[in-house]
Order: sequence, then structure tokens, then C-alpha cells
Amino acid sequence: MSKVVEGLLYSEDHEWVSIEGDIATVGITDYAQDELGEVVYVELPQENSDFESGEEVSEIESVKADSAVYCPVSGTVIETNSELEAKPELINQDCYKAWIFRMRLSSQPEDLLDAKAYSEFLKTLK
Amino acid sequence: MIETELRTTPIYDCYKDEPGVKLIDFGGWYLPVNFSSGIIAEHLEVRSNVGMFDVSHMGECMVTGPGARAFLDWMITNDVASLRPGHVVYGMMCYERGTVVDDLLVYCIDDSRFFVVLNASNADKDLAYLLDHKPEGVAIEDLCDATSQIALQGPNAEQVLKGVWPGCTELGFFDFSVNASIFGCRALVSRTGYTGEDGFEIYLKSSDGPKVWKALLEKGVMPCGLGARDTLRMEAKLPLYGHELSDQITPLEANLGVFVKLDKSFIGRDALLKQKEEGIPRSLRGFEMVEGGVARYLYSVYLNDEQIGYVTSGCKSPSLDKFVGYALIRRDTGLKFGDLIDIEIHGKLRKAKLVKTPFCKHSAGKSEA
Repeated sequence: MSKVVEGLLYSEDHEWVSIEGDIATVGITDYAQDELGEVVYVELPQENSDFESGEEVSEIESVKADSAVYCPVSGTVIETNSELEAKPELINQDCYKAWIFRMRLSSQPEDLLDAKAYSEFLKTLK
Repeated sequence: MIETELRTTPIYDCYKDEPGVKLIDFGGWYLPVNFSSGIIAEHLEVRSNVGMFDVSHMGECMVTGPGARAFLDWMITNDVASLRPGHVVYGMMCYERGTVVDDLLVYCIDDSRFFVVLNASNADKDLAYLLDHKPEGVAIEDLCDATSQIALQGPNAEQVLKGVWPGCTELGFFDFSVNASIFGCRALVSRTGYTGEDGFEIYLKSSDGPKVWKALLEKGVMPCGLGARDTLRMEAKLPLYGHELSDQITPLEANLGVFVKLDKSFIGRDALLKQKEEGIPRSLRGFEMVEGGVARYLYSVYLNDEQIGYVTSGCKSPSLDKFVGYALIRRDTGLKFGDLIDIEIHGKLRKAKLVKTPFCKHSAGKSEA
């Protein structure tokens, strides 16, 4: 059973988003890390680059597969979690702490799910 | 639902409901990619201790008859003509044009009986190819469904197995016995494997597979999946059909010339001899990423903006903690060890360095008397 944390927002591409003011922090969900398996490399996005919601922003590589991270919101990358460069396995150990990047929002987030809706969505994937 | 469409091994019921096991479709077989330990832990366990793999999906056949030896010597690149009973030889089965039908193991039981091990995904194709070329008086029995296979691999494999079957200590590298008794089950056991470590491949009647699997589990042997099998074989420079070998690649290009005896006759020999004389166009080279990222199958390889080849396999090596892989590249580039190439990963060129292989030193073959 995948862990879903209350108070975060979720995309159907299995990213989680935490929003404070106009800053969004983004990572991947427990379902995503479990599907991916042991993460061995995270390609972080360029700081100061702009992304629209739905664009490919980063790449996560595991022992067995690669997976694109789709930007769940629109805005400018202001910070990346450089700790993941040396320790990509943090994503497996605690995906809700191992954030990947932070963005300054250029518009209000759309089409994100709350914890309850995301849990329901996960059930449809079984 | 998926289980009804895919084939499963006789041992599948032993692990299908294990917590943490991840099953995938592997060429039509529903097989574990990893167990609860995870790919990296399973890999390291095989390198440092011992692990086991359910490889019952592999294909097997028995080739018999007074002409069996000459027939297999004609079918396979390596020397079957002088293979002694109790020994195994590795080689390729080729097309006339010199590219590869499959890579396989031939076990000489006696002068007129040979056990042949095929890749699962090629088994049907291989059997058809063998039957197509089979002369009168040679019989081929398909044993794919009749056989379970467990690979027990790691530097402590002998330590585990000798408590079960003391005869295993007598086997040198690439020796086998048809009279092993493993937990009361009759087995063919060879000192072979696909990990680079010392170890054994245990062939059983299909219905005996679960009993032996469970008994080895009780001995504390870690079950390992296809994920670790793949990273282990990559570190050890063991080719995978469909990647380093294929119907588009010759064994000489894959640097497997040591298993190709051009001084005897076999299907594909003329083409390979010609290729050797005229110059082998491509060469399989090992590389280590200078910049991070997993270079995977078919990623393009460049030198000075010109494409010179592609990646056949790549991974993050759990033993070395480095990103490594193999690429089939043009030989006229004259690249040497230490030279840099560019590999396109997710649209960006990243530097890699050509290095010597295998990537890891390991225990396989160390037991040879």
C-alpha cells in the first residue's frame, strides 16, 4: 500500500507538491519510487529555467528503468536539492522529505489532487 | 489477470506472494526482477556470499545419436568435437552470414548424448534451427518444460552446496555431473553461471524445483531476481543475447573470438573468416561514465559530433558505485583505453571513458584444479 501524506497536493504523474505562498516544492510520491525501484541517479533541472505544467523537468534513473519527472505546476526553478546528486537513494528512503526542486509559481496550480483524491486515483491503477 | 497470459516457472508458486517481490514480463515469462532485498543488496550478496536465481525459463534440449557430436560441432562456433564427457563448452550458433542465432552451453554426457542450454527467448527459434539442420540418426528432445533450473552463485556457493551434495567439490570450472543428489532429488549440476562468481547451475525435473528452492531458502540463501542477474553479468563482461549478441552482430564484433574456432567447420565460419581477413567493422568496448547517468541500450555514441556506435547495455555498477556499460563502436575510430566518447542520454551528450573489462575481478574459475 503506497503512502500518501495529508496536506500535500498530487499530480496524476505521481509528483507531490507542497505550496507555501508562491513557492512550490516538488518531489515524487511513494507509489512512484516503489514503481521505479532503487534510484541511482537524479538529473536535476537548471536553476532559473522556466517550465510549464506538464513539461518534462527532470529525469530519475533507477537500476531497472528511467522515468521523467513532469512539472506539476508552472513557474521558475529557484532551487534544486543538490543532496540528491550524491545520495539519490534518499528518494527511496523517504520520498516525501527528498524534495527534488523548488519553483516560484507563475500561475495558480491547476488539476492537482488532494491526498484523498490521489489515494482514490491510486486505487484505479491496481 | 496478467498471470494467465504469461508463462511462469515451476518455482513461481514459491515466491509469487512473497512480500517485496516484483514480478515483470520478461520475454513472455512472468519472473521476479527482485525480491524484498532489492537489486543492489541482491547483487552485493552474490559478490560477497551466495544467492540463488530461478532460471527455469531457460531452454534445454537433449541431442542424441551416433552423429550428435559431429552435428553439434557443425552447429556451434566452439569445439564440440573434442569435448570430453563431464565437461561443458560455451559457444555461439550462427547464421551463414556469421551473425548469431543464440549463445549456448553444450554439455557432453557421453559420445552420443549432449545436453544443450538455450536462452529462453530464443528457445523456439533455436530448436527449429537445430531441427532444420539435423541429419538422419540424430534426435533432438525438447526438455524446456520438463526442467527446473536454479543457479546458486557466489564465493560461498560451494560452502552451501557441499553440505547437501559433497560431490560438488570435485567439479572444476565448466565441469558437471549428471548424478548429483540435491535434497533427495536427482540433478544435473555444473560449475557454471552468469554472474562472474563461482557457483553452480542445478538442473532438475520440473516438479523438483520448488522442493530444492525451499530447502536452499531454509539454508539462508538469498533469493535474487533478474535485475541483479543483469548487473552481475554486466560487471563480469558476460554477453546478453539481444544486446551484445544478435542476428545483426557477429561474435567477432562482440569480442567473443576466443569461443570461435575458425580452424574447424561450422555454420557461419566462411563469413567470419572473411570478416576477420577484411577487417572487423565494429568492436564491443567497455566504458565508464565521466558524467553521471545510466547509459542504456541503443543510446547513441558520438566522437567529435559524429555517431560512431550505440550502447548495448549499461547500469550503475553496484560493486564499483560507477555508471558503466558496453558500446558497439566503429573500429576505424582507433579509440584506445582512456579515450573519451560522448553518449546521448535524455537529449544531452555526456562524457564517458573507454576502460578495460571486465569491470570487476571475481571468483568464477578460481576453483579450477
